[in-house]
Amino acid sequence: MSRQRAGGGRHLADAAILLALAAYAIPFFWQLLSSFKVDADLLHGQLVPARLTLAHYRVVVEQSPVPRALVNSLVVALLTTGLALGFGGLAAYALARLPVPGRSALLLGVIAGTAFPQIATVSPLYLLMRALGLRDTWLALVLADTSFALPLVIWLLAGFIAEIPEELEQAAALDGAGRLQVLRWVVLPLMAPGAASAALLTFLFSWNEFLFAYTFTASEPARTVPVALALFPGVFEVPWGDIAAASILASLPPVVIIVVFQRLLVRGLLAGAIRE
Amino acid sequence: MNARQRGDRRTALLYVSPALLALGCLTVYPGLWVLWLSLQHRIPIFDVDRFAGLSHYLFLAQDPRFWNAGRVTLVFAAVSVGLELGLGLLTALALRGQRAGRRLALALLLLAWALPAVVTARIFEWLYHPSAGLVNLLLGGRTINWLGDPALALPALILADVWRTMPFVALLCYARLLGIPPELYEAAQVDGAGRTAMFTRITLPLLRRILLIVLLFRTLDALRAFDLMFVLTGGGPAGSTETLTVYAYRSLFQTLQLGFGSAISVVVFALVMLVAWSYLRLLRRQRLGA
Repeated sequence: MSRQRAGGGRHLADAAILLALAAYAIPFFWQLLSSFKVDADLLHGQLVPARLTLAHYRVVVEQSPVPRALVNSLVVALLTTGLALGFGGLAAYALARLPVPGRSALLLGVIAGTAFPQIATVSPLYLLMRALGLRDTWLALVLADTSFALPLVIWLLAGFIAEIPEELEQAAALDGAGRLQVLRWVVLPLMAPGAASAALLTFLFSWNEFLFAYTFTASEPARTVPVALALFPGVFEVPWGDIAAASILASLPPVVIIVVFQRLLVRGLLAGAIRE
Repeated sequence: MNARQRGDRRTALLYVSPALLALGCLTVYPGLWVLWLSLQHRIPIFDVDRFAGLSHYLFLAQDPRFWNAGRVTLVFAAVSVGLELGLGLLTALALRGQRAGRRLALALLLLAWALPAVVTARIFEWLYHPSAGLVNLLLGGRTINWLGDPALALPALILADVWRTMPFVALLCYARLLGIPPELYEAAQVDGAGRTAMFTRITLPLLRRILLIVLLFRTLDALRAFDLMFVLTGGGPAGSTETLTVYAYRSLFQTLQLGFGSAISVVVFALVMLVAWSYLRLLRRQRLGA
């Protein structure tokens, strides 16, 4: 098959596929180009602009709620990732290695949890957050996102831990190490790549999350980027250039993840899919 | 049970408790509460809060807007998942032989998948702009109002969703394809099998399992989808893109009928669980049959 197809033909085919994939990404690149166009070019449907401008980025950074929203998103996503990995890691270790009572029922619950629709719990969670006085806070988003991310994190990490040879832990235990020491010095280093995959997926989920963030926040100090982008202010006309610039800023972390951490992300995605 | 085992059990409970507590308070409890809420008349701004029994569900049974939303949800899910599976499989097959620039290829592919859905909505809103959008420019300067025409809005929405999620399907199929040992094809070639025979006899059967898994994930996601349509079309025009999730959200937080909106949420919840359950049954039957 293709393995044997040698030399020039293969290079040509490789280039053609890259070109087709670049064409597939055109909607994003079009938004990128639009974010640098002057308003006149935008509205006259100029394909190739005569000149480029940073004016839209200046407006977004200096006059819109987006910078604040970027900070909020970053804090919420990082706290969610930390909390989900901490809670999820402990639970995954117990499910993979320890005699947890009701283990198979818990695993089934975890799988069912990954199918849970957000819309099903948004109304009670809203009432809960209101009752706890957490509306319009980071904490509300962190708690809701964490609980939503936990099933997948537990599932991924339990799988990764099960791959670690148990003999290593037994050897450490024979040398007199306690449970926590084994976890800290043997399991943790070995599961680091798996944990990184789970962390990337959790971060991405939380960065992109919209429904909870839109419902539980009411003002700019707590709003995340997707919410700020959905509510992007336009007084008389839709500011297409400004919106384009804001959406590029909102896309930066996902782009960094698929470029820099691609291998870890793909590993996590594949491991998450092979769950039955 | 000796002391060590008892200790292990205690440790196990200790380790699972933070996660269980979080899931219990923030997923299971709200999951039960929503059932209870769906049996209430609850409109906070008018101070309405009383038991309603099954009346919301009885109302939904003859609510044309509900049936329309159900139809939109099913059409959206069936068409986008079908297109994603077909296109994703084709993309995976094309990518399979890639030698040079694999990392770049995957980055370009996954870009659409990794973006927040709200960003995708904003991107497509601009692409579909009647006078200055790229789609109309490429059609030779036409002025079709893609998102404003009830006949075109749903197809336009589906296209945006396919763009966003096809990469996920392609990636999973691609990974499976790389796992097929080349010896299988070499042996088939020796036996005189043609390209079509190799595809239908080797590739497709080996892909069947991952295709079923992807089918499940994508169907569940399509039934739960909310962000894209809420921001891109808001359910309009004339309800032509209003899914059950959008109808639920609007009832909950725009007309503030917490009980009624919760009843629609429960329907989405039941639909998702029904799909997941029938899939698990199908998979089990397949495994027994194999």
